Amino acid sequence: MSDEALIVLDKVNKWFGPLHVLDNVNLTVAKGEVVVVIGPSGSGKSTLCRAINRLEPINDGTITFDGKPLPAEGRPLARLRSEVGMVFQSFNLFAHKTILQNVMLGPTKVRKEKPAVVRDRAMGLLERVGIANQAEKYPAQLSGGQQQRVAIARALAMQPKALLFDEPTSALDPEMVGEVLDVMTSLAKEGMTMVVVTHEMGFARHAANRVVFMADGQLVEQAPPAEFFANPKSDRAKDFLSKILTH
Amino acid sequence: MDVFSDPANRDVYITGFLWILKLTLAGGVGALVLGVVLAAMRVSPVPVLRGFGTAWVNIFRNTPLTLIIFFCYFGLFSTLGLSLVDDIDLNNFWLGVIGLSVYTAAFVCEAIRSGINTVPPGQAEAARAIGMTFFQTLTIVVLPQAGRAVIAPLGSILIALCKNSTIVGTIGLMESSNAMKDLINANGNAVIPIFLVFAGTFAVVLIPTGYAFGWLANRLAVKR
Repeated sequence: MSDEALIVLDKVNKWFGPLHVLDNVNLTVAKGEVVVVIGPSGSGKSTLCRAINRLEPINDGTITFDGKPLPAEGRPLARLRSEVGMVFQSFNLFAHKTILQNVMLGPTKVRKEKPAVVRDRAMGLLERVGIANQAEKYPAQLSGGQQQRVAIARALAMQPKALLFDEPTSALDPEMVGEVLDVMTSLAKEGMTMVVVTHEMGFARHAANRVVFMADGQLVEQAPPAEFFANPKSDRAKDFLSKILTH
Repeated sequence: MDVFSDPANRDVYITGFLWILKLTLAGGVGALVLGVVLAAMRVSPVPVLRGFGTAWVNIFRNTPLTLIIFFCYFGLFSTLGLSLVDDIDLNNFWLGVIGLSVYTAAFVCEAIRSGINTVPPGQAEAARAIGMTFFQTLTIVVLPQAGRAVIAPLGSILIALCKNSTIVGTIGLMESSNAMKDLINANGNAVIPIFLVFAGTFAVVLIPTGYAFGWLANRLAVKR
């Protein structure tokens, strides 16, 4: 992790109608840092995550990625998104493409790389997430955990500068959560910049550099995981942790 | 069945259905291409294109095909002087193809658009998230899935197009309905057999077409 900031949110505001879903959010993510965003449902965590690659436009404030403000639309925005990988709660693998095609699509169509080169890289990534032997199958033929690992490989195929995870394990059966978190943990160890919205407190504890706690659209508290889980400062965080950690 | 043992009559019959076949194929290609473009316009973020697509659908879907074909002949050809080829039959054929295409495209557009609605929004989101442009998202991810979802309705549209192509007979093309009229005029004693042969030919071709599209729809369906 370096001191150089990669993602900077400055006084970001967003409303869904009357709902103030992001309330003056300031957040800086350094290169190589793993930031885990936690908080109760409806606190704006997902919106925050999606705002970083502008899948969710914001109403006010600025978001800077790698020194440049987010482009508003068109090709510059597409180029930025190609540098920021995103992993969704519902995987969103392209249903009409095979696993291998899913991973190769971005590099070949967006970056116009040669299919032969991309193919090797894609197979390497599938190997890494443990799905290489399923490369010719279609997404619907895989389990949720496998699909999510493919989704991570698809994001990695673009060789992104950062990865965003929007509740990557929330739609998985419990026994499949581990295999996805394993991949994420190894990425974190390798120094990938990651913003992870999750309810997996175990992952937050052992893989995060920093835990960010959100409630009601506000960024209430942030601290290294050990400190946050042992000594939450805000009442909201104490209340939240008491509800999830007592069971 | 004596009528069809006369080679001259058989020729009228065959020529008639060949025109129908050509009208259906050319009109089908035209309508499919136009319809997909219109559907893309209707879901695009550009208001002018959306408006154009909507206007096209509303105008052509709600105008009788006979009027559209008449307009192609009397409007485009007679008044505006749009002559596509020198041969009068071929010219009528292409005028008919234009009319059938612009009309059927409205239905294709709406079928494709309903197909687009069957594609989960997450698919387009994932495409945008890896850096695809709107056009790439549409052509690589959304439309292929939308198209597969609406193969069966597109089959119905093709069947309707095939039968509708008889309307090009109103501007003088000797397609099947004109051929039938001629044969009936010349063979007043065999009205029912002639009618049955012409109607039966449509049924024999179109019933398997319907089943073929049903089979294709199943085979190409996107598993989710």
